[in-house]
Amino acid sequence: MIVAEQKPIEEIREMIAGCKKVMVAGCNTCVAICFAGGEKEAQILASVLTIAAKKAGENQEIIDQTVQRQCEWEFLDQFKENIADCDAVISLACGIGIQGLAERYPNKKVLPGVNTTFLGFPVEAGVWAERCAACGECILGITAGICPIARCAKSLLNGPCGGSQGGRCEISADTPCAWQLIYDRLKEQGMLEVMERINTPKLWSKSSGPRKIERDDLKAVTSEEKSPESKDKG
Amino acid sequence: MRVECPTNVKIVEVPCTGRVDILHILKALEKGADGVCVIGCLEGECHFLEGNLRARKRVGYVKDILKSLGIEEERVDMYNLSAAMGQRFAEIMAEATEKVKKLGPSPVRRADERFSNSD
Repeated sequence: MIVAEQKPIEEIREMIAGCKKVMVAGCNTCVAICFAGGEKEAQILASVLTIAAKKAGENQEIIDQTVQRQCEWEFLDQFKENIADCDAVISLACGIGIQGLAERYPNKKVLPGVNTTFLGFPVEAGVWAERCAACGECILGITAGICPIARCAKSLLNGPCGGSQGGRCEISADTPCAWQLIYDRLKEQGMLEVMERINTPKLWSKSSGPRKIERDDLKAVTSEEKSPESKDKG
Repeated sequence: MRVECPTNVKIVEVPCTGRVDILHILKALEKGADGVCVIGCLEGECHFLEGNLRARKRVGYVKDILKSLGIEEERVDMYNLSAAMGQRFAEIMAEATEKVKKLGPSPVRRADERFSNSD
């Protein structure tokens, strides 16, 4: 899931300074699971901003609305009524949703209420750790299901490096060495010979953007495709 | 028990303080409450095991929010006592009321009064 973190209140207040009516737009998918921007968080932020505005003697109305996802046009349409008379919208969705909202309502001032951080897993209550770097060329099949691109500080393909001490990465004692984890799991699976392979460099051009995927089999049927006669006339 | 208790406290009963949400506390402050007390069972004696411990964490979170807003964090606090301790309950009510009185009216209530006066 995409993991995000809510921005500090002071930063958000600064962004909406001078606005008379502000909407806090929540998203009930990834950001809800990491407790950064779901329905509850949107309500809490709206309440906090209301308290802050009243304390500062400002006449600022804050409303909130949450949809299932902000990365689908059908869900973004649901904001239409409430967004109409708002001067600004603070979106608590990930960067994808914030941009979706901004594109759907191009005349509205859309502001980010969260910092989108990484693709990660909720390892335990209250803890989310990065797991995937979206490199576009997955090698999890040869690394015992542990990603060295995301979990190794140097994204080594043939680790570990000399900084791996006691199973920990040299950057921090809290960070396990990804290659140690890979070694341990390969050993458990009786597949240590995989470690002896030299992994060749990745096609890094696949991991940087702006990326796009097009599937012709899933695209909408065009009018030409619908009526073959029009093809002959053309 | 015939124990005296301040009359300015609005009591909201919940089955366990674990039911109290951050939003509940914030909404009370938003609507003009000068202070909020969350009163739960003695630690280690929660009937639902961890409810009062979770409540303490949430009260801590609200205190952090208040600090970042420049509002006195002492307005919100957590107290622990057993349901049998009537005398202590009255003491807590008096203690909390005194503490909040010293801090003065909530800045939110002052703002609401200002707006309604200017209408």
